[in-house]
Amino acid sequence: MIERFRSFFGGIHPAYRKELSATLPSEVLPLPEQVVLPLLQHIGMPAEAVVSVGDLVRTGQMIGRAAGRVSAPVHATLSGTVTAIATLPHPSGREVRSVVIRSDGLDQWLPLSGHDDPHQVPVDTVRQMVQEAGLAGLGGASFPTHVKLDPPVGKAVRTLIVNGVECEPYLTADHRLMLEEPRRVVDGARLVARVLGVERVLFGIEDNKPDAIQALAAAIQAVGGARGFGVPVSVGELPTKYPQGGEKQLITVLTGLEVPSGGLPIDVGVVVHNVGTCAAVFDAVRFGKPLVERIVTVTGEGLHRPGNARVRLGTPARVLVEHFGGTVGRVGKVVFGGPMMGAAQFSLEVPVIKGTSGILVIPHDAIDSGDIRPCIRCSACIEVCPIGLLPNMISVCTEVRAFAESERYHPFDCIECGCCSYVCPSYRPLVQMIRFAKTEVQASRSAQTKH
Amino acid sequence: MSTSDDNQTPPPDGPPSETPGKAPARHAPPGSAPAPGGAAEKRAKTPSTESAKTTPKPAAKASGGSPEVAYTLSYSPHVRRRVSVRSIMVEVLIALLPATLVGLYQFGAYGLWIIALCVGGCMAVEAACQKLMRQKITVDDGSAAVTGLLLALSMPPRAEWWLCLVGALVAIGLGKQVFGGLGYNPFNPAMLARVALLISFPAQMTHFVTPSRWGLDAVTTATPLNQLQEARIRGLGLGEAAHTDLGAAFWGGIPGSLGETSVVAVLVGGLYLLYRGHIRWDTPAAMLGTVALVSGLFWWHDPTRYMPPQFHLATGGLMLVAFFIATDMVTSPLTPKGRLIFGVGCGLLTIVIRMWGGYAEAVSFAILLMNSAVPIIDRYTAPRLYGARRGRGAGTDGGPRP
Repeated sequence: MIERFRSFFGGIHPAYRKELSATLPSEVLPLPEQVVLPLLQHIGMPAEAVVSVGDLVRTGQMIGRAAGRVSAPVHATLSGTVTAIATLPHPSGREVRSVVIRSDGLDQWLPLSGHDDPHQVPVDTVRQMVQEAGLAGLGGASFPTHVKLDPPVGKAVRTLIVNGVECEPYLTADHRLMLEEPRRVVDGARLVARVLGVERVLFGIEDNKPDAIQALAAAIQAVGGARGFGVPVSVGELPTKYPQGGEKQLITVLTGLEVPSGGLPIDVGVVVHNVGTCAAVFDAVRFGKPLVERIVTVTGEGLHRPGNARVRLGTPARVLVEHFGGTVGRVGKVVFGGPMMGAAQFSLEVPVIKGTSGILVIPHDAIDSGDIRPCIRCSACIEVCPIGLLPNMISVCTEVRAFAESERYHPFDCIECGCCSYVCPSYRPLVQMIRFAKTEVQASRSAQTKH
Repeated sequence: MSTSDDNQTPPPDGPPSETPGKAPARHAPPGSAPAPGGAAEKRAKTPSTESAKTTPKPAAKASGGSPEVAYTLSYSPHVRRRVSVRSIMVEVLIALLPATLVGLYQFGAYGLWIIALCVGGCMAVEAACQKLMRQKITVDDGSAAVTGLLLALSMPPRAEWWLCLVGALVAIGLGKQVFGGLGYNPFNPAMLARVALLISFPAQMTHFVTPSRWGLDAVTTATPLNQLQEARIRGLGLGEAAHTDLGAAFWGGIPGSLGETSVVAVLVGGLYLLYRGHIRWDTPAAMLGTVALVSGLFWWHDPTRYMPPQFHLATGGLMLVAFFIATDMVTSPLTPKGRLIFGVGCGLLTIVIRMWGGYAEAVSFAILLMNSAVPIIDRYTAPRLYGARRGRGAGTDGGPRP
């Protein structure tokens, strides 16, 4: 059942530092005094608020309605009073319309209705329940889950990949979930597999988490293995290398298929779901429970006592940091997500959202910032690029604003994993320069279509 | 694209690389009165375009009175490998140490003077050029020092002081700064200077002495390659070169430039760079392999007219060039395939020039010629793009799509 796989092309081996929190069970955080719930916690259209200031809400009550298909509803994550609906800081660095709820301290839930045997629930009902639960990928990209459960007509999904790789350094949230509740993950994956009608299910986990591999394999045995899934299922033990958990890398390593340039995994008959998303799918169908909490790793050398926590969405980072003993010394950066792809924050008031897998506190001394120097063509970025790009060439084009020229180097294939910036001896922010090239090319394209 | 001030400018997207930022006053704590959402929401809808066009000023000073701690804002990734241009250059200097020490031992303390003039000259010229162009002075990155040391090691062991200074001026002035400084020079600066000196001052540049303990018993002589060329031109077959002591060439003991006489000393440094990952095996392997193969074929065909491959490998600074010049990051191709082509080209040209050319010193010409081919090599040897249909690598399909 456990299969060993080869690695992908490129990639890096940063200091993983997962030992800071990997062995620490997730703690249930006391209810915060108030939560800030952005109406945009997913990719797509922001949800539309259906409550007003002064309304009393209960835990699990929908406060934002999905605005269209590629959108997701938002639910109250504790009971209390809506005190504000305002545009507030969001982990992405932007400001997003958010609902602020002050807790009444009682955590009174809306009555939930689920199904005792979720595996008998018709697939359309599963999709609907997942949509109503407000699920968006918990791995970080936060694409609305119900859309991924409903592939376009004519596109057959042959393989479901469950992503438990967690290749970002420092993060251990998925690791803890797989250890603590492997059965939830597996049962969720069974549901997803059935809804998609796949021919096989593959779990992918890096070999730096042998205990999680064993835990999942045991849980799969417990549900009867292939019999429980109805299709062949196996756990892939993958070499530890960043970005092994990138969708494209994971698909290629596990199946040998390559997602076409500019295409989606579904084009090669694959859909990838994160382990946390699978667990949430199970909750949504079994209990009718909306997505109101998740596991977050709170870690970093700048934190007094790193750990993992089960947190209500909307909890400000400050509450988490204080729960884990506060910061040590001078804080350099506070990052939402991992150190490779996470977003630096300017304030601890920013809330945990559906895609927040970790909060990383980096000490001031650990920030290695140098002058940006010219590219010396050392080709380190080319060696580590898992896509086969020439990041340095795109960056040079960006530097002289030759965006049309930069298109020759395929900026839109970049997955923004950050390997190139990580290795650059000239301190060039290569990923950022590629993002900039994408933005400018897109702007000029849309300007052209308007004329 | 000649001012490196331009190069120093942080990319236009987002804040400069590390901006201490504080929560601007408008970010009222949650729970306060609803803010008018219009403007902010508009920004949220077109986030990347908007942030790309405006460079937010660091707000740290503006909101001085705020009790909140200032965190550093920057784009991802937030960790990086502890390698810088400077650390690479320092390691190259370390790797050149064995060859330098052997050179000093064999040719005496005068070598120190050559090194001081070349290294000091290169650094001074770099600083002067940058000062003149009102650019940030970046001599501290060590690249000028590396160029200077490589130039010194490829100078004749009794080179006059002015020869060294002219070399430094050409290397950094004409070879590097006119193109825009580090990263923009198409030709290896040390090789460009060496070739310029060889053409301009042939007598001084081919004045070699015999190696001896601390250079005390130095007498004027010719290098094996010079002897070979003389004999060829006069129709004397292999001449004195046939008696070259290849053991001495390996350990260090044949006449030659300051740092090129000991194969083993160069190899030690080259292997160190390989081990540290600052050079790749492909270029030196391709260059040395080509030289060995081609010279071996000729030698096998007619040993009375051609020298054996081990002679070609051990003489004329081939090792030094293969490990330290052909591997120059700025002037060699970007991908393994490209570097193989580059190495093979360097090796072929070296042999061609040595066997039929007008100059005995072939490697520097070979390097410069191949340097000029790097852009076209890069264009046709881009890595395969993930998910691309066959044959559509990065950088290979012509220009922007419609």
